[in-house]
Amino acid sequence: MTTVDTATGAAKTMVLNMGPQHPSTHGVLRILLELDGENVVKAIPDLGYLHTGIEKSCEDKTYSQAITLTDRMDYLNPLGNNLVYCLAVEKLLGVEIPKRAQYIRVMMVELQRISSHLVWLGTHAIDLGAMSVFLYCFREREEILKIFELFSGQRMMTSYIRIGGLALDPPTGWRQAIERFLKMMPSRVDEYETLLTENRIWIGRTKGIGYISAEDAVALSMTGPTLRAAGIAYDNRKVFPYSSYEEFDFNVPTRTDSDCYARYLIRVAEMRESLKIIRQALDKITNEGPIRAEAPGVIPPQREKMKTEMEALIYHFKIFTEGFSPAPGEAYVSVESPRGELGCFIASDGSPKPLRAHFRSPSYINLQALPKLIEGQLIADVIACIGTIDIVLGEVDR
Amino acid sequence: MKESSSQNANVVAERLRAWNSKAVAEVIQFRDETTIVIPREFLRASAEHCRQDAKLRYDLLSAATCVDRFPHEPRFELNYQLVSIPRRERVRLKVRVSGNDPVVDSLVPVWPGANWLEREIFDLFGIRFNGHPDLRRILLPDDWEGHPLRRDYPVEGYRDVPSTGELFRKSSTP
Repeated sequence: MTTVDTATGAAKTMVLNMGPQHPSTHGVLRILLELDGENVVKAIPDLGYLHTGIEKSCEDKTYSQAITLTDRMDYLNPLGNNLVYCLAVEKLLGVEIPKRAQYIRVMMVELQRISSHLVWLGTHAIDLGAMSVFLYCFREREEILKIFELFSGQRMMTSYIRIGGLALDPPTGWRQAIERFLKMMPSRVDEYETLLTENRIWIGRTKGIGYISAEDAVALSMTGPTLRAAGIAYDNRKVFPYSSYEEFDFNVPTRTDSDCYARYLIRVAEMRESLKIIRQALDKITNEGPIRAEAPGVIPPQREKMKTEMEALIYHFKIFTEGFSPAPGEAYVSVESPRGELGCFIASDGSPKPLRAHFRSPSYINLQALPKLIEGQLIADVIACIGTIDIVLGEVDR
Repeated sequence: MKESSSQNANVVAERLRAWNSKAVAEVIQFRDETTIVIPREFLRASAEHCRQDAKLRYDLLSAATCVDRFPHEPRFELNYQLVSIPRRERVRLKVRVSGNDPVVDSLVPVWPGANWLEREIFDLFGIRFNGHPDLRRILLPDDWEGHPLRRDYPVEGYRDVPSTGELFRKSSTP
């Protein structure tokens, strides 16, 4: 596909093709590695094996139809993708979302963050040879997916967050389900930590590996746990709060070592912080209240109203046939996804379809720093470094 | 919220104007967001200024993308989302580029992180970046024809790609 000039051109180095089917690349990432013995001299990532043209497809769909496409980008964080897209469209429209819907959004996105970190921890550990952690992590992730199924009827591609609010009211028994999860999870996080945090093999494989300085990380536009492991407390939930995050009390864990071990500790700490946020959200969510904004002609009306009011029926019909048209303009919204700053830029030309929808995917931009992390390291550490950047190829290639 | 964003617009526009009176073509305020339109020839210098100026300090280039307004001219709009981590501020720089000569200065010398963002724009919109160290396609294969995110590129693509079903029927008929 891509032709490569080796850095030195000397005969003692060899070029090794890693991927796109290598299991530790978590998808279809291909890296061309120039090796001197076991040392990486140069690394060139080659992407695009999963490019599906989601941004182009969005331009051919109405604003509400495009939500289902966003689920499929970062398939470990579908609710976060829905959220950033809906926030951007809502910003263009200028609609205010009811508090109850905002808190439910926060709760769901934080559950998603835990589930994403669990997949990350499990697969990262299995890459480095710790099989049992993987099984435990997927056990707990299953519980979160069951909660999603309870709320939306879907385990993964939920499309639960919609423009103007949520798809459905929370079902009967949702509170007990979340309570059960909150009761179970803290001890499970402790369990992973007893397996890994002081494990000599784990420390040997991750400590001091994949260092990047804070200056380089900012210059390369890195965000998320990788940037916070370098000592910069940049978290969109705190810096540019959205969906009422300013009302929640939580910490942004940071470390300064900026190696694979620090990134592991940050993600584990984030899981605990997310549990704190879910607990607060649970207390804030009232049993009764609206889950959708009132904006006739833009947000679908309630079912009940459609049975009695003619206007509501007409609006419903119009929204689902021709869609709605935001005012011409542009909006950029960013949220903190489990991988970093997930941004959505939408340009509207006043028609019912977006003129342009661009997603700033954190894995794509963080992956840019991979050569910096692995050049000069041993080939076995390449796997640890890919793991701690936490890439999701569906999002990298979009 | 509204006040702070317009104050920020003033600060950025003021500092850029103080440095060069021609550096700001227009300031757009929409939905609490500030967009500074910059003439193409001043892009790299203005960006450098946004990063270095002690009162601006936009140290993180968070995103860059392009909008194609075909058939209007200038059809391309490049948008750069800047974040200042110490100041907790955001601004968008915008450059308008004509379809006849879609070339701008690369921002890789200012923010190395612009590398893949610009490669993506080159790949999908066909805009060339002067001074980019490695301007190759990134998402599509090297021999791809055209730039799919341009508005005059059909959603189905140019070539008739047979569906899996068609291929199957073709191979199963004798």
